[in-house]
Amino acid sequence: MLDLSQYQSLGAALRDALERWPDEVCLIEDDRGREKARLTYQQFKEAALPLAKALQDAGLQPGSRVAIVMTNQSKWLISAYAVFCAGGVLVPLDFKLTPAEQQQLLKHSQATFLIIEGFLWRNLAGAGGVKDTHVRTVLVTEAPPNTELAGAQRWEEFRASGEPTFVERRRDDWASIVYSSGTGGRPKGCVMTHRNYLQQCIALTALYPFWPGVRYLSILPTNHAIDFMVGFIGPFVCGAAVVHLRTLRPEFVREAFARQKITYVSLVPLVLKNIERGLRERFAGLPLHKRLALSVLIALNRQLTRRRQNLGLSRRLLPDVHRAFGGELRAIIVGGAFSEPATLQFLYDLGIPAVNGYGLTEAGTAITVNDLRPFRADTVGKPLPGMEVKIIQPDGDGIGEVAVRSETVMSHYLDDPELTAQTITDGWLLTGDLGRLDTAGHLQLFGRKKNMIVTAGGKNVYPEDVENNFEGLPVKEFCVFAAGYLWPERGPGREELLIVLHLEPGQSFTSSLRQEVVARNRRLLDYKRLSGYVLWEEDFPRTASLKIKRDLLAEQIRRKLVRDQGVVPL
Amino acid sequence: MRTMQQTLEEILNLAARHFNVPREQLSPDDDFFKKLGIDSYQALELLTRLEQHFNIELPDYEFQGVTDFRTLAERIQSRL
Repeated sequence: MLDLSQYQSLGAALRDALERWPDEVCLIEDDRGREKARLTYQQFKEAALPLAKALQDAGLQPGSRVAIVMTNQSKWLISAYAVFCAGGVLVPLDFKLTPAEQQQLLKHSQATFLIIEGFLWRNLAGAGGVKDTHVRTVLVTEAPPNTELAGAQRWEEFRASGEPTFVERRRDDWASIVYSSGTGGRPKGCVMTHRNYLQQCIALTALYPFWPGVRYLSILPTNHAIDFMVGFIGPFVCGAAVVHLRTLRPEFVREAFARQKITYVSLVPLVLKNIERGLRERFAGLPLHKRLALSVLIALNRQLTRRRQNLGLSRRLLPDVHRAFGGELRAIIVGGAFSEPATLQFLYDLGIPAVNGYGLTEAGTAITVNDLRPFRADTVGKPLPGMEVKIIQPDGDGIGEVAVRSETVMSHYLDDPELTAQTITDGWLLTGDLGRLDTAGHLQLFGRKKNMIVTAGGKNVYPEDVENNFEGLPVKEFCVFAAGYLWPERGPGREELLIVLHLEPGQSFTSSLRQEVVARNRRLLDYKRLSGYVLWEEDFPRTASLKIKRDLLAEQIRRKLVRDQGVVPL
Repeated sequence: MRTMQQTLEEILNLAARHFNVPREQLSPDDDFFKKLGIDSYQALELLTRLEQHFNIELPDYEFQGVTDFRTLAERIQSRL
């Protein structure tokens, strides 16, 4: 690995990585079980430098902002390096946003260049393109031949001969503007410096190292802070490879693990849950004698790896399971939302560590990660090296707002000093999340501060904490709210907790389901108990990382249901 | 060569069978996420089934933002 403490910028570190491992593979593109492209570091450099030169010839200056709107693929990373090489500032945008949302962020970021994938440009151009933004040059990748490009140029042809001028940047110069979750309303453009990324990379690779030959499967969108770090910067500064898939259909993702011999992957809890379900179904389909033998081996593995992970041993005990994952898998990193401890434990017992992490864009990706010493399914791990975490104004149970201080914390929100001052005070980033540090230094999360409910008796209740008690409830999805949050006009005095249930298609609220809800409710401390339920027939709105958009769901419920008619007492 | 109507009909039949929903409950302009009660992950499964049925390849991106059976049928018809 490069010694990142010696570097001033991401561009300089990447430049040296390309020189250091010219013959190592850095990128693999896989499409439906067929390998579509494979690039070495040398080939990556040969693709990026003529692009960097063309960008400079087209007027890209140090500090110019370049937006990228693409799915995960090699051209994303090639473009990003070309931008860093020319001293530009990257603006990664979510390709899943609507054209209107993309236009809003393009305008807010003041990007002057846009690099965008063909089908996304088709949608954006159809909605008015970039006419109300600062964008002057649009480069479109993979546009079909003979397509009218509405003033854009083809990325593949946008090349210039000659060496680009490599522009040195300092550690505190801006590297990127990353928009954190939440669209509509006030855009939150996190200005990240080169220092933020370099320090984060040092911390993460200390726990989960990369080296030549390691393969990272990039599934989470690269515009997200986590994939940008562990699906680009981390592997590249260590000479490792990134695998991109052109389709994220479950069957091809499963196959990619085995075929590409994946070492690491980051996932959201929903996908992890699907992996668990798939494995459980396969185990249930085994003949009885094999099923029994498997249970014995799983129990043995659990016992032998309770204190410390032992990959070699787990692979020998459960070879078929590990072979299905390619035999090289070292860790599945899970972030983005709360994972069910039972799912994490199930996979760990098979010798597949699915480790919880916690982070936010403003903090420069990860704040805590489980270090597997020992494995804990009930926390989001310990603070990464160089990360100071404290709990502000803890209550009697030690729970308070999580605050972070580190060199990885963003510089500020773009053009929003007011929001910046509210979010970073005295050098501490206020996360808005409620947590507690236990005696082992592990962080446990309880929910969002703004979702917290103070009961009439002065007790704090966190809806997410109550939800944990209903994990595995046989419904499609559920969410806990304070009734006063859903229908605030009722005023104080009736603060009750409700569970909103979205049933599976064709499922009805049977007496056995009701009994299960009641039984689980009884297990809660009295002040945390639900007083009723609401049946909801639509999918919960979710963020790109699949977290429930509570505000929006509450608004939908409020619009459609009246409290006295919508709530059924338990 | 199938007509658009035939393609649509085959999609509705296949979706009803695969997700165990009575065929008569599905209409061309229905939001298939809501009507079938599926998430984006299961929608990808549906695409795979449709590929196998029509013997074509459907890039994921073609279906970004598509939520109703009729638009789905139009996208498939253009590739037949």
